[in-house]
Amino acid sequence: MKKLLILGAGTAGTMMLNKLEATLDRDDWNITIVDQFETHYYQPGFLFIPFGIYNKRDVIKPKSDFFPPGVDVIFSKIEMIDAEKNQVKLDGGKILPYDILIIATGTKINPGETEGLKEDGWHKNIFDFYTIEGATALQQHLKYWEGGKMVLNIVEMPIKCPVAPLEFVFLADWWFTEQGIRDKVQIEFVTPLPGAFTKPKASKVFGDFLNKKGISLTPDFNVARVDWEHNKLVSWEEASVDYDLLISIPTNMGDELIGRSGLGDELNFVPTNKFTLQSDAHENIFVLGDATNLPSSKAGSVAHFQADILMDNIVSFIDDRPLRGQFDGHANCYIESGFGKGILIDFNYDTEPLPGKFPLPGVGPFSLLEETRMNHYGKMMFRWMYWNLLLKGAELPIESNMLMAGKRA
Amino acid sequence: MSTKDLAGSSIEVDGDGYLVDHKVWNREIATAIAKEEGIDPLTDRHLEVIEFMRKEYEEKGTAPSIRRLNKLNVVPTKELYTLFPGGPAKKAAKIAGLGKPHGCI
Repeated sequence: MKKLLILGAGTAGTMMLNKLEATLDRDDWNITIVDQFETHYYQPGFLFIPFGIYNKRDVIKPKSDFFPPGVDVIFSKIEMIDAEKNQVKLDGGKILPYDILIIATGTKINPGETEGLKEDGWHKNIFDFYTIEGATALQQHLKYWEGGKMVLNIVEMPIKCPVAPLEFVFLADWWFTEQGIRDKVQIEFVTPLPGAFTKPKASKVFGDFLNKKGISLTPDFNVARVDWEHNKLVSWEEASVDYDLLISIPTNMGDELIGRSGLGDELNFVPTNKFTLQSDAHENIFVLGDATNLPSSKAGSVAHFQADILMDNIVSFIDDRPLRGQFDGHANCYIESGFGKGILIDFNYDTEPLPGKFPLPGVGPFSLLEETRMNHYGKMMFRWMYWNLLLKGAELPIESNMLMAGKRA
Repeated sequence: MSTKDLAGSSIEVDGDGYLVDHKVWNREIATAIAKEEGIDPLTDRHLEVIEFMRKEYEEKGTAPSIRRLNKLNVVPTKELYTLFPGGPAKKAAKIAGLGKPHGCI
């Protein structure tokens, strides 16, 4: 019996588990998945928690609901990946040998990387919304906040879901309006990027949205430290931005396990072939989702598109054939823009987000790079798709590789 | 793609002024680009950083990030911002004759 081992049962690992279970010959292959936590979080829902649209119960389910029968599930911390010996050591010493390893250990925020960020101000007037703790603490804070200057700061790139910070300020503009205190709130978007987003056309569109909503943009700001005693962000070049309420997107890093095992770069992301998803260093290790160092977005949609490609490549690898699956960097993101509307973008390594219709060319129902009600419904409907189709590895009516049809260049 | 007069020779550069071929680089070209970027003079300390970046680029195919330069004790982040004010990742790469760093997505 050969052994395929998946580390991490988040979005990427769970999808892959379901695909592998349905594809591999179970007389030949044993499939095992390891994760330290038993709860699955619908992370796209974290964005809505600060504004009371979702609560914690809306974004959690037991991981076990999504595991197919007949696979081995181990809930444990992992001590080390020993790639030279083709084995993984769990906390407590148990050894799991493997023939093929899939690393899907994701990324998480590390506020400790920035001086002053995780000091006395943390979760008092400095919040994140990328963790359930941060999002719920922020909900509690906003409930009673009477206004002032709210600053959203991205510490450094890359981050998980690079559109989420924009969505946050768009929603905040709407929410403060609903609360009747928009005139008492100043919102400032402070980013290390040269504009509102990375890609030029989308950056321009989002920049116009910020402007229209009265949100000020401070680009090219590389934060060196947070002076939490004086409520100030200070850049490496000694520029500063005052805040009353700071929403921080801290440095994102891969799991410490990757660093401990000597498999990562300086952010603990695993160097990975951007087309085949094979790790650069070991041919029987593949990497999926946020754990890679790929120049693609870190997001569930990306992991989903990658999973189809990876499934093909695992089969080729087992058959001792060249890896033909080529991931193109495809990402697809619904962006909440407030007041019941949304914007949709679809792009890959080479093609920046363009206007058009999606997924049916010329028809839609969704509109690319445009603000519509239908796009908002797409976003809200996505939670159902996520729990019922996506995690279970079902086919969605979207191609893994990006299509130019329906886009206007 | 166009060519540009740098330190007396005609050099191929991309739309943003980055060298197309990092192998044509020399210290005179570096000094000329640095001057255009408002860094004058280009000191030994600048060159130490730039040459490390070039070495890594040749070994790995990508230039090291600011975080990596800091972690490997090549140059602390604070000093790097002083050496290359207004965007060290881009400026240092440009002066080092390397391609424009990939913006993250």
